[in-house]
Amino acid sequence: MSSQTQEWSIVKVGIADLNVVTAPDMIRTSGLGSCVGVVIYNIQREIAGMAHIMLPDSSLGKQESLNQYKYADTAIDILVDKLCSRGLRKSQLKAKLAGGAQMFQINTSNDIMRIGKRNIEAVLTKLEEHNIPVESSDVGGSYGRTIEFNPKTGKLKIRTITKGEHVI
Amino acid sequence: MKYQQFSTIQLDALKEIGNIGAGNAATTMSRLIRNKVDMEVPSIEIVAFDDVMEMVGGPEQLIVGILFQIHGKAPGMVYLLFTLEEAEALVRQMTNNNEISFTDQDELAVSALQEAGNILAGSYLTALSDFTNINMQPSVPHLSVDMAGAILTVGLLQVSEVYDFAIIINTKIIDTEESNQGINGQLLLLPSPESFTKIFQALGIQDHE
Repeated sequence: MSSQTQEWSIVKVGIADLNVVTAPDMIRTSGLGSCVGVVIYNIQREIAGMAHIMLPDSSLGKQESLNQYKYADTAIDILVDKLCSRGLRKSQLKAKLAGGAQMFQINTSNDIMRIGKRNIEAVLTKLEEHNIPVESSDVGGSYGRTIEFNPKTGKLKIRTITKGEHVI
Repeated sequence: MKYQQFSTIQLDALKEIGNIGAGNAATTMSRLIRNKVDMEVPSIEIVAFDDVMEMVGGPEQLIVGILFQIHGKAPGMVYLLFTLEEAEALVRQMTNNNEISFTDQDELAVSALQEAGNILAGSYLTALSDFTNINMQPSVPHLSVDMAGAILTVGLLQVSEVYDFAIIINTKIIDTEESNQGINGQLLLLPSPESFTKIFQALGIQDHE
């Protein structure tokens, strides 16, 4: 076996989950539909956090013990805290986001079926609250996305089934 | 009601519901493709969201999904899931046309598959309705060919407002004719959180420990 083992890994973020990585590691989340993947990063320090957000607002939660990683408002607060606890200031942070699709055109009075759009809005509102600028985004549509962020380059790679692969 | 608190009797009842529904659907499928179709014993999966995707090969897995909302007193969702190959085999068998290839751009293929979905979900829910005496009607079919994660999350949204995991009644339908290309499919029933109480009440097992 070669002594030159792979010295970086891809950290996976599950549904309603979040994590923080530093280069050379990368961070990825798979199969975003109506969920929004938000990356908050600082390219000088080569650090990035990613959250896979499922629902817009924790006040909608009917849970006794809230999973704070699931909602846009609480997950972004936690992500910002985690980055700041590593010695970064909010003013040094930038964001990219992808997802928020509407997979099925379902006619219903139930708002939950239009959750993609609401997730996007909630993420943007929360980022604005923290004064974190959105550098680029790839949201909406009716298709799934897998995203992978490289904290060294600041590039977010987006893979889809029907629309190919591109970088924002 | 917490999932963890479901009693053995309640879990068995859910399994039986899956059994009856899928049995009916398998019979219907046999007629549809004029071949004997079998089914596996349904399983009740109480799983975290990430594990729901693993049930069908991971969040990035390309799948053909037909989603039905269940209207009526016990709302929920039904998914019929196929691989591209399975969807194609089913459409070929239904249309008697071996030239046809399944893509979501092919109107004939899509409408044939949606019609198959209608028939299968209809017979599945009819059996459930008869068994529980709760009226359950399928919506129109919604078809998507995309990543499993993107397709299945839709069915988890409602439950995600209350829980961090889903309860899924999972049945595999298997084409037993060796000569066929294998028209298998997977049927997932995801009752809304409030529907469990209604189903258990209808069966008179709401208080079982």
